[in-house]
Amino acid sequence: MVMFTIRRFLQLIPVFFGATLLVYFLVFATPGDPIAALSGGKPMAPAVEAALRAQYNLDQPFWMQYFLYLKNLVTLNLGQTFSGQEVADVIARAYPVTARLAIMALAFEAFFGILFGVIAGLRKGKLFDSTVLVASLVVIAVPTFVLGFVLQLVVGVKLGWARPTVSGTAPWNELILPALVLGLVSLAYVIRLTRASISENMNADYVRTATAKGLSRRRVVVVHILRNSLIPVVTFLGADLGGLMGGAIVTEGIFNVPGVGNLLFQAIKKGESATVVAVVGILVIVFVVANLVVDLLYAWLDPRIRYV
Amino acid sequence: MSINGKGTPVNSRSSRNDDAPLLEIRDLAITFDTQNGPVNAVRNAHLTIMPGETVAIVGESGSGKSTTALAAIGLLPSNGRVSGGQIIFDGEDITNVSEKRIIELRGNSIGMVPQDPMSNLNPVWKIGFQVKETLKANGLDDGNSKARVAEVLSEAGLPDAEARAKQYPHEFSGGMRQRALIAIGLACRPRLLIADEPTSALDVTVQRQILDHLDRMTTELGTAVLLITHDLGLAAERAEKVVVMYKGQVVESGPALEILRNPKHPYTQRLVNSAPSLSSRRLQSQKAKDVLAAAVEDIEESTPDVGDGAHPAPVHVSHATPSSEARKPAGKGDTILEVKNLTKEFKLRGALGKSSQFKAVDDVSFTVKRGSTMAIVGESGSGKSTVAQMALSLLAPTEGSILFDGVEVNTLKGKALFDFRRRVQPIFQDPYGSLDPMFNIYRTIEEPLKIHKIGDSKSREKKVRELLDQVSMPAATMHRYPNELSGGQRQRIAIARALALNPDVIICDEAVSALDVLVQAQVLNLLNELQEDLGLTYLFITHDLAVVRQIADQVCVMQNGRIVEAASTDEVFNNPKQTYTQDLLNAIPGATLLV
Repeated sequence: MVMFTIRRFLQLIPVFFGATLLVYFLVFATPGDPIAALSGGKPMAPAVEAALRAQYNLDQPFWMQYFLYLKNLVTLNLGQTFSGQEVADVIARAYPVTARLAIMALAFEAFFGILFGVIAGLRKGKLFDSTVLVASLVVIAVPTFVLGFVLQLVVGVKLGWARPTVSGTAPWNELILPALVLGLVSLAYVIRLTRASISENMNADYVRTATAKGLSRRRVVVVHILRNSLIPVVTFLGADLGGLMGGAIVTEGIFNVPGVGNLLFQAIKKGESATVVAVVGILVIVFVVANLVVDLLYAWLDPRIRYV
Repeated sequence: MSINGKGTPVNSRSSRNDDAPLLEIRDLAITFDTQNGPVNAVRNAHLTIMPGETVAIVGESGSGKSTTALAAIGLLPSNGRVSGGQIIFDGEDITNVSEKRIIELRGNSIGMVPQDPMSNLNPVWKIGFQVKETLKANGLDDGNSKARVAEVLSEAGLPDAEARAKQYPHEFSGGMRQRALIAIGLACRPRLLIADEPTSALDVTVQRQILDHLDRMTTELGTAVLLITHDLGLAAERAEKVVVMYKGQVVESGPALEILRNPKHPYTQRLVNSAPSLSSRRLQSQKAKDVLAAAVEDIEESTPDVGDGAHPAPVHVSHATPSSEARKPAGKGDTILEVKNLTKEFKLRGALGKSSQFKAVDDVSFTVKRGSTMAIVGESGSGKSTVAQMALSLLAPTEGSILFDGVEVNTLKGKALFDFRRRVQPIFQDPYGSLDPMFNIYRTIEEPLKIHKIGDSKSREKKVRELLDQVSMPAATMHRYPNELSGGQRQRIAIARALALNPDVIICDEAVSALDVLVQAQVLNLLNELQEDLGLTYLFITHDLAVVRQIADQVCVMQNGRIVEAASTDEVFNNPKQTYTQDLLNAIPGATLLV
């Protein structure tokens, strides 16, 4: 298992370089001149412009730019934003907020998703099952920004149960509503996945054997059906953590959450390669680590799986 | 006596009321609610089991035998219900008893050993855990459960039980898993054990060991057994009474040997005649009748019940020649497939990147004559299927050569390999898995023709019609899909597909093992007729010696990758030289009952 973990971490290296190179190139290839945008389209003294270009290595060819970026990275220097802030500082402010948001969303979708999925799976075809199925279909079909604005309006403005937008420090309690919106679509998938998995395992031979042994219904469900059914669900949840962190742009926009999504969106608009690559690079690491945790969990849930 | 559970003397338990039946099923009717309305799976079923007695229900799949037994332990599928009659256990009517009461009875009073050991243990829990929870659920966990778990497992014949209890099901072989399931079924000393095809997924020799052990244990414990099986021979050997079910009804019941010797119902008669395990010793003449037809009637008449090689292989061949097609060279009875010193090694991945070599096939040599049938027999893991895969050129041998019609198969490439594929076709074991569920029957049979660019769409359709006719399926079948057909029908389609390219050799890898006895007999007869008509050569891979008796001219017995005995079928059956072969023969259930 140790070998397996080490190998997986080593795999991070090519993934990281590949991802950063790709992202760097995409930002480079985006139409528009970042320096011109910086001055707001007003004419700029040629000397100032040249100095700015040199400062951000924009006068270099693409490979040189990327190489210089990597060189700085080795010395843990993530570069500066166009407004002169250290990228490292900007990220250090934004990531904890998004991490909080994503973890709350994940907890929400895992808890309610598995709970509703199990009940629906055990009562397949009954009222609860049909209701949950229809509701989850609606959630999947309606775009996040619609759900977000509706909930913001109803819960935040009309009912006044929560702040419609998040304040600068983004404390836990203010993030409940955004986390709910962020996790809602995944929740629908978790419910459906759990339900399908449960109802499939209910008909497994070993479940019948467990019943024939004289076990109570409750024990059969908890010990014999649930653990086996969670295997695909865990895979989904792990992969989703990365998705929640990177995909929070819309939700963060609606609730004005000062997180990674907002940061990334602004940086892409400005063509700030240093910020974009750093944010995405960390997201890549989060993805890979989350998948590693899933694989380890997987093997814990299913002893047949070996680390290869 | 270690057998006793929790200090309860076995004798006092079973002698409580020995005269009253332990289980009585009266006029039982079971209905399944399906989308097409209710289906009556069982009607008017009746059977009685006395304490300590073994009763077998025999029938083919779909006959309602398992459904009847499952009703007795309250385990009908959710869409099934008892729609009439009574189930009385130990004087108590449990037909519509509460969930609470049936949970009390399960494990404690009625135990179960299920059919498929591969799928009936929960893969994510250790064996010991799965035994322990049985004891616990039935109030037999006396705080010393670890020792008790090991005891229960070793009673079921599991060696080194204490260490084994810490392993997971996937670390067990099929036989060991079934022993664990028997341990679970008998852990709480039930008075009735329902054994639903307890060994049909296992090798014959393992089957025998397990059934012997089950016999001994239930006799010692005084447990009554309700044995469900499709194998009449096995039922007759193991049970005192046999109940024959057909299409949801009990058609005949009585003492086992009586039913076997003097079957009254036509279905039972057919069953007795086709049961391979029972009739193999005289089905030879049955086969002779089918294959040789009128031309050699005199031979058939001179053949007594015990087959004695009255129709050696050459009779087949000479008979087959006239109808053989022109593409067949003149040399009939010449060697078509020659395997020389075939060896296959697999790399086994060990811990920490170490790997070891595993010889799946070890120095195997044999030759197959054109128009004859060569059977390769062995238990699972003997390497027989690996030989088949190499003969199909689906797997490259490590060493040795395979000559097909004088040409080395290993080195074939491109066009030559493509042509070879046309001439050698497979039929696989599982007719459910080997047909593409998204292809209708027409497409399934037409596909090889299309791949080999034979004919245009019109001539191909004609060919498909012919092929369906050859395997006795109506032409209308071509528009249907595999899931609409029964197992036997699907296997006929698989045969038609294999025949589509007019192959010389058909390699049947356990081609009839998944089929019910009557269907199996039909398919074997069909294969025989086709061999007769088309001069086909079969390489028949099977674990079932009874099947070998019916179809093969020559036999190779494989054990641990090596051929331990090779001779004509009659020679192997009448005069087995190796103890392993003798064991295999002795393990055929019911083999000794009739002779």
